[in-house]
Amino acid sequence: MDPIAKYISQKISKTRWRPISPALLQRPEVFATGSWDNESNRVSIWSVGDHGVSNTDSEFDEEPQLLCDSQHDGDVMDLQFLDQDRLVSASSSGAVTIFKLQPDCQSLSLAHVWERAHWYSCDNAPCTAVVCRSPEVVSVGEDGRVILYKADQTEVVRVIENADSSTIHAVTFLRTTEVLTVNSIGQLKMWDFRQQSDSPAQILSLTGGRVPLHCVDKHPNQQHIVATGGQDGMLYIWDVRQGNTPFSLIEAHSAEMWEVHFHPSNPNHLFTCSEDGSLLHWETTSGSDMSTLLQRGWNSRVVSHSAVPLAGEDDSVVSAWLAGDSSKNRLEATHMLPNQTLSVNSLDVLEQCLVCGTDGEAVYVHRQVPV
Amino acid sequence: MEEVDVEPSTTLIPGAGFHQKHLGFEWGPGDLLVYETNYKLQGPRSASSPSVHVVRRDEDICSPILRKLFNESHLIFVGLQKIKEDVPSKNKKSQFVSISKNYRSVIRACMEELQQNAVSTQEGSLASQYGDQVSILLAIELIWNLCEVLFIDAAPAGSLLLHLLDWVRLHKSDVDTRAREVLQSDSPAQHQSYWDVVISLVLQGRTDEARQVLSKQASLRAESSSVFKRMDVLLQNMPIFNPAGTQTLTEFDVKWRHWHEECDRCLQDNTFASNRHLETICKILVGDEDTLLEQRELLSTWYHFLVTRLLFTHPTIKPPDLHYYAQSSMNMFLGPRASPEPLDIILLSAFEFDLHQVIKDCSIALNNWWFVAHLTDLLDHCKLLQSHNLHFGSNLREFLVLEYASGLFTHHSLWQLAVDYFDHCPEFGRVYLELQIERVPLDTERKAIKVLRICEDRQMSEQVRSICKIMAKRALRNNRLGSALSWSIRAKDAAFATLISERFLQDYSNKGFFTDLDLLDNLGPAMLLSDRLTFLGKYREFHRLYGEKRFSEAARLLLSLMTAKIAPRSLWMTLLTDALPLLEQKEVIFSVDQTYELMSCLEELNLGTKDSNQTDQDEDIESTKTELLRLALARNLAMAIVKEGTIET
Repeated sequence: MDPIAKYISQKISKTRWRPISPALLQRPEVFATGSWDNESNRVSIWSVGDHGVSNTDSEFDEEPQLLCDSQHDGDVMDLQFLDQDRLVSASSSGAVTIFKLQPDCQSLSLAHVWERAHWYSCDNAPCTAVVCRSPEVVSVGEDGRVILYKADQTEVVRVIENADSSTIHAVTFLRTTEVLTVNSIGQLKMWDFRQQSDSPAQILSLTGGRVPLHCVDKHPNQQHIVATGGQDGMLYIWDVRQGNTPFSLIEAHSAEMWEVHFHPSNPNHLFTCSEDGSLLHWETTSGSDMSTLLQRGWNSRVVSHSAVPLAGEDDSVVSAWLAGDSSKNRLEATHMLPNQTLSVNSLDVLEQCLVCGTDGEAVYVHRQVPV
Repeated sequence: MEEVDVEPSTTLIPGAGFHQKHLGFEWGPGDLLVYETNYKLQGPRSASSPSVHVVRRDEDICSPILRKLFNESHLIFVGLQKIKEDVPSKNKKSQFVSISKNYRSVIRACMEELQQNAVSTQEGSLASQYGDQVSILLAIELIWNLCEVLFIDAAPAGSLLLHLLDWVRLHKSDVDTRAREVLQSDSPAQHQSYWDVVISLVLQGRTDEARQVLSKQASLRAESSSVFKRMDVLLQNMPIFNPAGTQTLTEFDVKWRHWHEECDRCLQDNTFASNRHLETICKILVGDEDTLLEQRELLSTWYHFLVTRLLFTHPTIKPPDLHYYAQSSMNMFLGPRASPEPLDIILLSAFEFDLHQVIKDCSIALNNWWFVAHLTDLLDHCKLLQSHNLHFGSNLREFLVLEYASGLFTHHSLWQLAVDYFDHCPEFGRVYLELQIERVPLDTERKAIKVLRICEDRQMSEQVRSICKIMAKRALRNNRLGSALSWSIRAKDAAFATLISERFLQDYSNKGFFTDLDLLDNLGPAMLLSDRLTFLGKYREFHRLYGEKRFSEAARLLLSLMTAKIAPRSLWMTLLTDALPLLEQKEVIFSVDQTYELMSCLEELNLGTKDSNQTDQDEDIESTKTELLRLALARNLAMAIVKEGTIET
């Protein structure tokens, strides 16, 4: 089934599903988007539910409808849902903002702003990423600071100054008090907030390479497995307990990889999106799960395999597998978007629904992802 | 100089030009800057207003709904460029027609959304603006559709008229609404628009539907039912050419003439004299021009009149004969006094198969290049444009696409689309892109990374260097030495790397310790970019070795830094001072040869001319340092000689 596209007249930097309450077994219906590079940027809330009349054959063929939106000062650099009603955004002006969403989704209002949380003395320092684990929020920015906030407190809880001499691009929680950051010289740094010192607990990096890393995500069940992606479009899988080198290197994209996500409930599936305009869905076949696959230190390079022929290519699908049919562990990648678009900046996946946003000002929603 | 085609329109700039002040102006990529000068033709001088006015030519680019048009058409454009050359031409024609239909559906979608907004908005000015945009899009779609029928689809005689009929039907949709209204009313035959609907349907050649509506009338009047039956038969028998069928054009023509004669006979026999409406219909079927002209209100446009006239007088019209009928239809319909609108002239040029005139007139009439650029590109792919070179720039298609893309580049957000358009302009696209891409404002690193990706993919190394330099300078200003170094390494800019290393070393001598250790410890192969950077990396390594108490390795490294001339002269004193603790150790670290080398370095340093600006204090410090070093070196030399001379027993 092809994803539904909707053009929304603004370049989309981030898309996120609103979390669904675990009690009600609903399908994800509401998602948020943030725009960038506009004279006035906006954070918008959309709904992809059943709006009454549905088509005869395909049940959920509805375009996303705008529910409400709010002005945002500066580009939306990152967006995360703190809980069902609150949304945190990172801005290119250095501010971190909490938005409040009304329960009926009819309006979005500003709850709290930490202005210039990230700053330079004579310039604005963009805040590049935020991550939430309610009630705590951690943000990182181009000024190399790591800042910890509590959602209900107006003052910042802790600032780690000079955490990094280069730009920190992404951050994720490993444990309740530990975060992992990636920076533009290809290092992963682990920070423990229980420690008083301002130096990282651990530093991991690629030997011999300085590839800037742009995104990071942790395996939902096994906290030592982390996936990162960077400027060269390669997917790196690390085991943070051991070693200074990544476990696997997989050739995924031909340009910067912007986001990588493990599927939250089915971690055998991984999604990546990139500047080259493609969104790949990675899954392991033949029954073994991702963690055992990684533990066996599978280091071969995979050429991505397209199940859907891209428009404009030959109809004979190129399918290159790992060399050696005896290998029982295979990683299969499929393109999720029908044709090559401008850069896919962001993706989010929840249950069977996938949403992504592109620089072509289009949002794609896929509601029957095979996971 | 060339003659001006149309009179230039004047734009009023509020707030400028008061008191007969002269205005100055400057061209920009998409806008015009206007300012008041101090010059005045007569009268006393007075202060001019300090503001600069930005006059924007194309306001469409700012409309959020039209942005969807730009984005979706970009996708279609890129897809069109990828169509392979070796596909046989018949398949290609259907591909081009479907692409043309795609473009048109995008226009229609925009139009519908604008229409909805125009209806729902409450601001009067906004509603009228939307209304204007809707009418422009309507005109654009009309022209595009006609071009698709005449040029891209290029239907031969027979099917040509059918396509033209479709074209007219698509752009005159009120007939359907009125017909539905009449049919759904209680007594359709008594409805005031009843006969209008029937005649409109006949004028559009929709004989089956006309018969259906007529049948409502027939059931009422029993006595005149024979007349209605006669009309019904006439309408039923009207031949319609079937391009997919086995009938040839000549056979169809013969059949049609028979039918035409029959209609004429009915008229001569006064069959329909009892009912003037039916008489009118019969006259229409015969193709009587005066009757057709009487239906001016129902036809509403001269091109509808043209198509109807052709339907009932010359259904086997051939494309080259079209223009004669078009010209005469327009003259007849508009009358002697009315002057044709720009839209009419464009359509007439299309009927005359004069593509260049169509494109030229559209360029003048519309305020942005979207329509002409995309249409010309599509026609060029169909090989319909002769590649006649303009006396400036390259061929017509490239010129228009470049103009459109340049306009896009001035937009704060849509510049990314323009990149693909430049890529597909073989002659000047690259140059344009090189000039424009450097001027994109870079607020965040993420945007800079995207711009760099565009440049690196196209091997624009000059632009890569300049963008990286901008980012590095900005990082340096904000004291982000690590970022600055990363950017200079990406640009392979040795000079800047040297500059940054100097900053690091300066920081070190000021503070006494290194900052940004995580960066310096992980330079990797990038260290080789510049000598100063290599020195910095190695110097840091020396400190690390010293910290790990690996003294002999540290000593060797320190010496190599000086003897291999990697270290700059200005830092030799610092290095030698660093050597002091190593010399003072109980254990002998420097060997005899190494000590001799250190001594020669020290003497070399002292031989250099003294800086005359040094104060007495500085000179004292310098000489004290030198003395201490000489002493330490001498002592070390002594111990080393003894150690090396001793034989271990």
